[in-house]
Amino acid sequence: MGYSLNFSVVWRNFDKLWGGLVLSLELAVVSLAIGVVIGLVLAVVHVSGGRFTRMAIAVYVEAFRNTPLILLVYLVFYGLPQVVDLRYDATTSFVATLSVYAGAYLVEVFRSGLEAIPRGQIDAGRAIGLTPAQRLFHVRLPAMIRITLPALSNTFISLFKDTSVASVIAVPELTWGAQWINLNTFRIVEAYLMATAMYLATGYVMLFSLRLVERRFRVGRNA
Amino acid sequence: MNPPLLTIRDLRKSFGKTEVLKSVDLDVGRGEVVAVIGPSGSGKTTLLRCINFLEAYDGGSIRIDDSEVGYNDARKRRGERALARMRAETGMVFQSFNLFPHLTAAGNIMLGLTKVRRKSRSEARDIAKVWLERVGLGHKADALPSELSGGQQQRVGIARAVAMEPKILLLDEITSALDPELVGEVLEVVRGLAAEGMTMLMVTHEIAFARDASSRLVFMADGAVAAEGPPADLIASAEANPRLNSFLARFRASNF
Repeated sequence: MGYSLNFSVVWRNFDKLWGGLVLSLELAVVSLAIGVVIGLVLAVVHVSGGRFTRMAIAVYVEAFRNTPLILLVYLVFYGLPQVVDLRYDATTSFVATLSVYAGAYLVEVFRSGLEAIPRGQIDAGRAIGLTPAQRLFHVRLPAMIRITLPALSNTFISLFKDTSVASVIAVPELTWGAQWINLNTFRIVEAYLMATAMYLATGYVMLFSLRLVERRFRVGRNA
Repeated sequence: MNPPLLTIRDLRKSFGKTEVLKSVDLDVGRGEVVAVIGPSGSGKTTLLRCINFLEAYDGGSIRIDDSEVGYNDARKRRGERALARMRAETGMVFQSFNLFPHLTAAGNIMLGLTKVRRKSRSEARDIAKVWLERVGLGHKADALPSELSGGQQQRVGIARAVAMEPKILLLDEITSALDPELVGEVLEVVRGLAAEGMTMLMVTHEIAFARDASSRLVFMADGAVAAEGPPADLIASAEANPRLNSFLARFRASNF
């Protein structure tokens, strides 16, 4: 083993990694936001909808949860523009893919959260004369958010790691930054070690802060 | 005599093949406090849940102030908005409290006032304060349900229901989930409301309380009203009614 570590090239090109990390976080946040909207809407439709809508949603969920993300990324970026007249850059394409992918997971999270709300709380909402929409916004969704918050944090952290897949279509996020350093300096170990450390550190900071948020919310849960 | 506030005729309700209410007839007059007693499975809770249409009933009629609960004149189910408006007129207190866990004690009371009664937040907050004071929880306005004892939660539950100024208050075994030492504080609140003329229909296992606080006792068995009358009369006549007699025997043995 004659390899001696030399991080100086990594530091010289650190802007690639730092910029990549920032973009990774942006990709995760935007995809989560869009995914939450998709997940919420479909979860509400699922629990109140008929057989056909339930089935359609199940097909979407199963299809996206059982397909490797990297294939979806290829299909959307390279495949879709061949079939329909659409033009988008790699970043937009990736955000769209990751959002729909996240949505599939979040439908399930929100749906089980909605179904876990004690029946009596909904009855209480009906008994004071709330309309179905008012019960949804003032009783069911607030209760659901508390139930699903831990699962939501986990989804967010895995989305953050999933952003590394964007490197395959040259979105300049963190993994792509490490690849760039590797290709231009051949410092493969240093580049990937540094990227790994940055994923780890960021992941832990996220985990820690999300747990704090959960604890704040848990006070509001029924003992 | 004034027409009764609540009129129930030949009420029927089944869950699948199980006939829970076979034929219930019951009137409740304005300001009356009626206690429903009876063995479990006799349909007491279902009866209450039909009155505010938490359960749709299969046959017969329930009228409050001359309007049919849940159905229009053509016996079609009313729309959700109309149902919500009707439910706002009947307060309900639940066995398991069912407070909204994300809202404070005051918030629980304010939700119906702001969203259903369309009051401003400050007005709703004032009303909530008054009712919390009334149930002895003025100092707990900003406490979350998880920070309250069972008895306190149930008192908030009562305040939430009466703050809406319902025509009738339905109480569904409201002390059954409470530790014995917390029952008294809740019953005290109910007694106060009765003294003020609140119309109440309560299902209860607290026979002694039912006897003392109600103007009429209704004994339900097998999905129908088996006997009713002023508490003292009904209890005195129990000898003549084997089912009522055996039901009351259990309580006589202990503290009755």
